[in-house]
Amino acid sequence: MVGNETVPDGRVNYYLRYTWKKKIILLGLLGMTAVLALYAISAGSAELSPWQVLLTLFGQTEGQSQIIIWSIRLPRVLAAMVAGIGLAIAGAVMQNILRNPLASPTTIGIAQGAAFGAALAIIGWGAGSSSSTGGGAILINNPYIVTISAFGGAMLSTMIIIFLAQYKGVSPESMVLAGFALGFFFSAGTMLLQYFTNDVNVAAIVFWTFGDIGRASWGELGIMTCVVFGSLLFFLFNRWNYNALDSGAETAKGLGVNVEKTRQWGMFFASLITATVVSFLGIMAFIGLVAPHLVKRLIGGDNRFLIPASGIMGALLLLAADTLARRIIAPVVLPVGAVTSFLGAPLFLYLLVRGAKLR
Amino acid sequence: MILSVNGVEFNYRSRIILDKVGFAVQKGEFLSILGNNGAGKSTLLKTLNRILLPKKGSILLDNQEVSKLSRLAIALKMAYVSQHYESNRQTVFDAVLLGRKPHIKWEAAASDLALVQGVLAKTGLEEYALRYLDELSGGELQKVIIARALAQEPEVLLLDEPTSNLDLRNQIEVLRTIQTAAKEKNIAVVAVMHDLNLALRFSDKFLLLQNTKVFAAGGPEVMTAANISQAYGVPVSVERVQNQMVVIPT
Repeated sequence: MVGNETVPDGRVNYYLRYTWKKKIILLGLLGMTAVLALYAISAGSAELSPWQVLLTLFGQTEGQSQIIIWSIRLPRVLAAMVAGIGLAIAGAVMQNILRNPLASPTTIGIAQGAAFGAALAIIGWGAGSSSSTGGGAILINNPYIVTISAFGGAMLSTMIIIFLAQYKGVSPESMVLAGFALGFFFSAGTMLLQYFTNDVNVAAIVFWTFGDIGRASWGELGIMTCVVFGSLLFFLFNRWNYNALDSGAETAKGLGVNVEKTRQWGMFFASLITATVVSFLGIMAFIGLVAPHLVKRLIGGDNRFLIPASGIMGALLLLAADTLARRIIAPVVLPVGAVTSFLGAPLFLYLLVRGAKLR
Repeated sequence: MILSVNGVEFNYRSRIILDKVGFAVQKGEFLSILGNNGAGKSTLLKTLNRILLPKKGSILLDNQEVSKLSRLAIALKMAYVSQHYESNRQTVFDAVLLGRKPHIKWEAAASDLALVQGVLAKTGLEEYALRYLDELSGGELQKVIIARALAQEPEVLLLDEPTSNLDLRNQIEVLRTIQTAAKEKNIAVVAVMHDLNLALRFSDKFLLLQNTKVFAAGGPEVMTAANISQAYGVPVSVERVQNQMVVIPT
């Protein structure tokens, strides 16, 4: 990030040391995520040792462990990490451009829009049905239609938000409120759909809204990765603009930032990430809200570090939640969306109390 | 003339805020914009770097029409210190480094860091360098924002009430720093000022606004008791104390 060139008089070495500290924290988070990923791949009904996992990943083994790892566990672990990165960086950027610490993928109506889209597909096009294979699992007949419809719902919600900001002059600060309203609106729509359909479809809808990382296969993972990392590049390219926006819109303009464009495109990419992740995996609350707040406490609000560190923190949190969901009452796998909310809410409250004490 | 303003008009719907305002500033000059609340001072300042787009008139920055320049091109020549600024979780160093933003392509170079360090030293902020903005007092924060504008190395520096949050000592120190920078680096300063005596002490030129129009403009010779009394609607007398002009409401 900040250049390593030594300044002749060494007067800013203290600042270079300070930025190095942040880089080390970043590396530490990355290391923790890698270790957790290794554990997550090795843990499961067929126990594998971390060593076996490493050998398999480097193509040194054959047989059953290879199949388990490459076709079941690895895509799941990678999906948790990519989705975690996506939700967290989307949250970090939304909090910045909407000037509101409450902004996140699940608090501005996008996730609810996706749920409505999914419900519509399950009911309207009969894309969902239940079959009682293996422990009464509910199958969604045509996951592609559900995903596409969920994506449509999420983007519709996004378009409404951007339209309100763009043409109706709703201030960024009010966008979170608009998002709340929109979220309730879509939830009401979903509720009505559920009310008038049969219990099988209701079950399918409820099942869909529980975020579940296990839905991702390599294909979906590929799409998510492209969207998330493409957006991450865009966000990093704009990190100085976001830093400027942190000081207020007028100051940012004075620093040469095209404030409107920065906001529009930031919103667009953050929403695109949210729509993609939620329509593939379902709703996972709190990751996008908590990860940036946690990181801000650790390393401050400088977006040069905040954005990448939030991403890593998001990956770590979602991977931890998913691993916990898989392991806590194994062989039953809990829905990860419930775990993220269950752990995220107290964590968020803790941050608030800590923040109050620090002042 | 580094900045020349002609016939600028601005209105919110039917309410006129600026009516055919014009003035010019040379490099190294300190111009104070004076006038009552609502006279249009802050609005005028915001039209100068196109935070607000004037409805009519022309603003020439180094002989180029500001309305035709990109935001970045404006920021490379003109810095703006807003009346409202937000504190956040950035360190003082990073906040001042942000002033280098228009000059930075991908990442801050060693020369940018050294320049920031120099500005911190000049503004007495060195010891705060790694403190977070949201842990500073209002006055300290105001100094950071001004330091950021200096780090931007502008040719024109726009200040909206730069000393409103500062105590007496800091008012003098900050304005002296700005004045020195203006003379040394040949920067034109345009500042909205509330304190007439501070304005008299530090400015070379004055622009008295009254009710959307320019009432008087020029050097210290326009700061007569009659002009000030009329522009502000308050009887004043202008005295000389220790070779310094002082305005006293009577």
